[in-house]
Amino acid sequence: MATLQMRQIQKQFSGVPALRSVDLEVKAGEVHALLGANGAGKSTLMKILTGAYTSDSGEIIIDGQKAAIQTPQDAKAHGIQCVYQEVDTALVPYLSVAENILMERHVTKGKGFLNWSKLYAEAEELVKRLGFALSVRQKVEELTLSEKQLVLIARAIAQDAKYIIFDEPTAPLSTTECDLLFERIAHLKQAGVGIIYISHRLPEIFQICDRITVMRDGQKVATMTTAESNIDEVITHMLGKTFSEEFPKLDVPIGDTLLEVQDLTRGRKVRGVDLTVRAGEIVGVVGLVGAGKTELARLLFGADTAEAGKVTLRGNKVNLASPKHVVDNGIVLVPEERRKEGIVVDESVKNNLTLATLRKWTNFGFIRRRVEESAAQDLVQRLGVKTANLTQSIGHLSGGNQQKVVIGKWLNTESDIFLFDEPTKGVDIGAKSDIYKLIGKLAEEQKGILYFSCEFQEVLGIADRILVMCDGRIVKELSRAEATQELIMYYASGGQAHDEQKLERTGS
Amino acid sequence: MTNKSSKEQVLDFLYKYATIMVIAAVILFFSIINEYFFTYSNLTEILRAISIVTLVAIGVTFSLIVNGFDMSVGSTVSLSTVVSASMMIWFQQNLLLTLLIPVILGLLVGLFNALMIVKIRIPDLLATLATLYIVKGIHLTYTSGYSIYPNMAMQDGSTAPGKLNEWFVWLGQGQIASVPVPVILMVVAVIVVHIFLNYTRHGRILYITGGNAEAARLSGIPVNRYRTLAYVLSGLFCGLAGILLAARIGTGQVDGGAPLLMDAVAAAFVGYSVFGAGKPNVIGTFLGAVLIGVLLNGLTMLNVPYYAHDIVKGTVLMAALAVTYYQLRRKAV
Repeated sequence: MATLQMRQIQKQFSGVPALRSVDLEVKAGEVHALLGANGAGKSTLMKILTGAYTSDSGEIIIDGQKAAIQTPQDAKAHGIQCVYQEVDTALVPYLSVAENILMERHVTKGKGFLNWSKLYAEAEELVKRLGFALSVRQKVEELTLSEKQLVLIARAIAQDAKYIIFDEPTAPLSTTECDLLFERIAHLKQAGVGIIYISHRLPEIFQICDRITVMRDGQKVATMTTAESNIDEVITHMLGKTFSEEFPKLDVPIGDTLLEVQDLTRGRKVRGVDLTVRAGEIVGVVGLVGAGKTELARLLFGADTAEAGKVTLRGNKVNLASPKHVVDNGIVLVPEERRKEGIVVDESVKNNLTLATLRKWTNFGFIRRRVEESAAQDLVQRLGVKTANLTQSIGHLSGGNQQKVVIGKWLNTESDIFLFDEPTKGVDIGAKSDIYKLIGKLAEEQKGILYFSCEFQEVLGIADRILVMCDGRIVKELSRAEATQELIMYYASGGQAHDEQKLERTGS
Repeated sequence: MTNKSSKEQVLDFLYKYATIMVIAAVILFFSIINEYFFTYSNLTEILRAISIVTLVAIGVTFSLIVNGFDMSVGSTVSLSTVVSASMMIWFQQNLLLTLLIPVILGLLVGLFNALMIVKIRIPDLLATLATLYIVKGIHLTYTSGYSIYPNMAMQDGSTAPGKLNEWFVWLGQGQIASVPVPVILMVVAVIVVHIFLNYTRHGRILYITGGNAEAARLSGIPVNRYRTLAYVLSGLFCGLAGILLAARIGTGQVDGGAPLLMDAVAAAFVGYSVFGAGKPNVIGTFLGAVLIGVLLNGLTMLNVPYYAHDIVKGTVLMAALAVTYYQLRRKAV
């Protein structure tokens, strides 16, 4: 029987192991789920399979034959295709569906002239065979997201795909679109295509997959048959026995309500969010990647425009027109993408530390250099930033020290609410614990803190209260006492929706 | 950082001082070749020649600081030049209006650019390219394509009624303690802008906006206001440069600003590499203008025809760009 096997795949990135002897086996005509928390190694493994990375050791065997996959071309030659989550990056918007489907066969590898009637006829035939409702002459830019996905699937089939990787295909889709996609996948399965299915949504995994492989910390932890497993077992495998880090949680009296958010909405990523933050309280907003945490943080900060909703701080309405308005109101953000959104790479440590509070150090338009420098020096000491001097360009600092500077620039603003979006991403352990301490201190000063993270353990360690996000909604509120990783994972992966569906089914 | 290879150290040293050494070497070379070159009168002549270019290049520098670009500087200068000449020669207006109207026009062009780039979000290069042609068309229409000079024949057959104000002429041709007035104005402008950029809050924010507009916005800085400010300041300096151009040659030369675009851009980019700044800065821009001025002056002395000058200017710009972008790539690795 036709199979694809990855055996003992190893991969290191600058000495840090990303994959440790991982095995994966996918049969033709099987839908195989690949699961794991963020950073478990799923994407690295798939990048090796599609030729984007090469493994340090290990082998890939297709139908009993050893396959040397060094480049994306090699992978395609072996019939391995990937339908990426970001469909737009793989399509040419102003070309027709037919051209996009047959791109590699005709357009880039043709004889110089395009045979248009043949192109359309071939594409038409393929689309019909697959049972897709696509008009081949339509331009791709006019299609919906789910139609674009179909174009990518058709393209994969046009290139004789035997194995197709679906990378979070349902993330941008509506429920009905999801159901349609599942039908297509069932179709492909019948046609003998082997499918690797990556998703964070456990209910759908149990709906469509035959087997499940779970990864954790760069290793394969289990492969099981879906019919003989259940969500709880999968969650246990995904989380494993984790050692609890030391979280210096301070005992801080919690005061009055500072921030109140009602029905905040933007598109599909943030849907009717209500929440409150009190003085001295650290509220963790937790969810899987793509749940809408960053989008929520940006809305609260005025970085994106909300479609609906109301935000009040100490009872006064906050104008969310721009970050400047929000900052002036006393809400600040430490953004997720440090290099892109947090620091000005070529500027000095000092200039990065003082840029949000320049007015404080200015007299008649002129910057009072000594005052500015001593303020910056003061911050460097308070934050424990490791830097040679204040004029050092911030780009030369480590990620953790850069992040301390990003936090530090807000410390002199006397703001009430601090939003932290994945503040420990790409930060070493020492700096991490410094950042936790810093946040604890802010709470001690009776600031209100919203901490957005996909690291469950981190949130469990520092938050007083935990809000779980899934698909743009806050689906569950957990107190510090009752929250566990398993519970969070259950709600974050749509477990509640799964239960309700089951109830509905048994009820009817 | 401490154990850099010797090759790296050499590159760093070169990046810091190469531009200065090139300027010094060029001056030395021409001084040896031609004894007249290194004389007070010739050196002030060079400075006088670059005074207008420097003002325009300061405008370009402002646009570069916010990570933008202003292609319309040349035609803005042309507009300002013919309008200031026409104020006196056609309309017999006083000195104040003669100076004020071109400056206001320069500011308006800058504001228009900013509107297109900041609000409509047209890429800076394309928006200011379109502005270049619009403004060029406006000033050609305004003058019907003729330069404006005293006693010129008007459309209706009469002679132009006005003449140049003597203070106006002094701005372009006068001297204070045997230093030409345009040179003094240039030096003052360079100093003022240098102080503005390096010692004031607004200057700092301009740099931060150019360094990372998104980070600046997420730090509560009204980024669009500062990008607008940069283009408006660019327009202002073009307005001033246009006045000085009319005052120096005593006519409102039609399309007189066009050749300045290339010189100004070259000067600003040479400025990137002066003392290894790696970013647009006004002292560097000034030295860039000096380099170009020295080269052109020296080449003229060597009887290199004027139509070959563009080859030299283009090569200087290319070399400056090569140094800047090579260094950026090296830093990124």
